[in-house]
Amino acid sequence: MSYIKNLFDFLSTPTISFTLLTVSFPFIFPPSDWFDKKNKQWGIYKLWTNKGAFCIFSFITFFFVLGYFDPYFNLTMTKPDNIPIILMIYSMIFVVWLGMKQAYINDERLERGEKPEEWTDPDDKVLVWPDLVYIELIALIIFMVGLIVWSILIGAPLEEPANPASTPNPSKAPWYFLGLQEMLVYFDPWIAGIIFPIFIIVGMMAIPYMDINKKGNGYYSFKERRLGYFIFMYGWFVLWVFLIVVGTFFRGPNWNFFGPFEWWDPHKVVPLTNVNLSEYVWVKLLNKGLPASIFAREAVGFVIVIGYLFVMPLLLAKTKLKSLFEHYGPIRYSTLMLFGLAMFALPIKMYLRWLFNLKYIIAIPEWFFNI
Amino acid sequence: MSEKVIPKASINSESTKDLNRKGFISWLSLGWLAFAGATGGFFTLMIRFMFPNVLFEPPQSFKIGFPDDFTIGKVDIRFKRKHAVWVVRNDEGIYALSTVCTHLGCTPNWLEVEQKYKCPCHGSGFRKTGINFEGPAPRPLERHAIFLASDGQIIVDKTKRFKWEKGEWEIEESFLKI
Ligand code: FES
Repeated sequence: MSYIKNLFDFLSTPTISFTLLTVSFPFIFPPSDWFDKKNKQWGIYKLWTNKGAFCIFSFITFFFVLGYFDPYFNLTMTKPDNIPIILMIYSMIFVVWLGMKQAYINDERLERGEKPEEWTDPDDKVLVWPDLVYIELIALIIFMVGLIVWSILIGAPLEEPANPASTPNPSKAPWYFLGLQEMLVYFDPWIAGIIFPIFIIVGMMAIPYMDINKKGNGYYSFKERRLGYFIFMYGWFVLWVFLIVVGTFFRGPNWNFFGPFEWWDPHKVVPLTNVNLSEYVWVKLLNKGLPASIFAREAVGFVIVIGYLFVMPLLLAKTKLKSLFEHYGPIRYSTLMLFGLAMFALPIKMYLRWLFNLKYIIAIPEWFFNI
Repeated sequence: MSEKVIPKASINSESTKDLNRKGFISWLSLGWLAFAGATGGFFTLMIRFMFPNVLFEPPQSFKIGFPDDFTIGKVDIRFKRKHAVWVVRNDEGIYALSTVCTHLGCTPNWLEVEQKYKCPCHGSGFRKTGINFEGPAPRPLERHAIFLASDGQIIVDKTKRFKWEKGEWEIEESFLKI
């Protein structure tokens, strides 16, 4: 038992779990032919069958049952704040599973030249009343009962009155903001707290304008829109849902990482000394002091950021993504690139932090401008 | 029925008779004026609300005791809860650090064993001097003005802040030499 727990603790270290997820993701949601071949070869698509669901959910349930009987994990798991996260894990995986299952069934049908399952005769209509309203009423009643039972069984996690001079340790945002809080570890507040949320909201609204693939409209299909699927699933599942789970279960006192079965030791010492890129370049590489002029100091950072955000998409448009660029046109292409690159900046920055202890690529604390 | 049917209301109604274009415009502007007045009044009250007549909060500048009350090499956390400052004495003197994390404003804790201030929100760490060395905080903690009163007690003035990145820790008031 303790061996399994240690294994879980080890696997949930963010460096490992995040890497595992990132690497396995293209195999689970293959965005290209090569990944698709591997997916078939290793039988990963079987996840989207009933048997696959059984395996996924028994694994998760095993994890939580193990946690329930563990003195340390039990504390985090049964906290009233964290119950929704457990529900969320189940429901989100279920929703993804259901969608993928139907998508795979449809893909097979389309391959055989049939119409997708959802296709119905346009003349065969379903009425709002009573067909839809009836279902809605039942759903409403079920949810009301569920919420009432929940609120009776589990007390609301109210705490003492707020005092600005004492912050609870660890101090966690409401569960739906834990992904944001996780981003704040890697970015300056104005990026993680303002730019990224705006980008997320605007980016989601822009999806219908950027994704001009008309296929898969009104029915589930994976094959006809696999790249879109992959990008969305990565951004949503790994960069948001997974970060919420990390923030809930794996972050303890002083915002250190703790495995689920680990004791929350408030004195756990994790070396986290971080260094800015400018210091790497000027002090460690060139063996000089930091130059007094801010621009000279941060020049390398500026070059990297501008290169990543603006020059790289330009070069790609001329070379590798030429067909995409021609297909999309300049405006759509640059929007897509801006949002996509901003999204992938998060994992990139996380890895830079983990591997090189890099704090900020551009660091101008004098102007509150850090990237 | 071939002839046009004119609705009765449009012939007899008072309002259509009385309300010509000019009248309509003046009513409209009156309405808008009233609306603007009401909203303006409302917002004035709202803004007034932000400036209360009495403030029940500790004074911004206060006495913390005599220099001898502070041990060399120790971080004094007595004033954290009420005044949000740490008072630290080193070999040369005393300084008052603000307890506001420079990342997003949480209140870090002083960890005696590790000799650092550690923020519970995103894990920023600061050395005893207030210099940031781990986590996302982009700049060191701020210092407050500190000086001696005529009776020999130390006064901390929180209205003044000294930022390291602007070189303000060189300013005399930011550090009490003893
Ligand atoms: S507020 Fe202190 S680390 Fe974010």
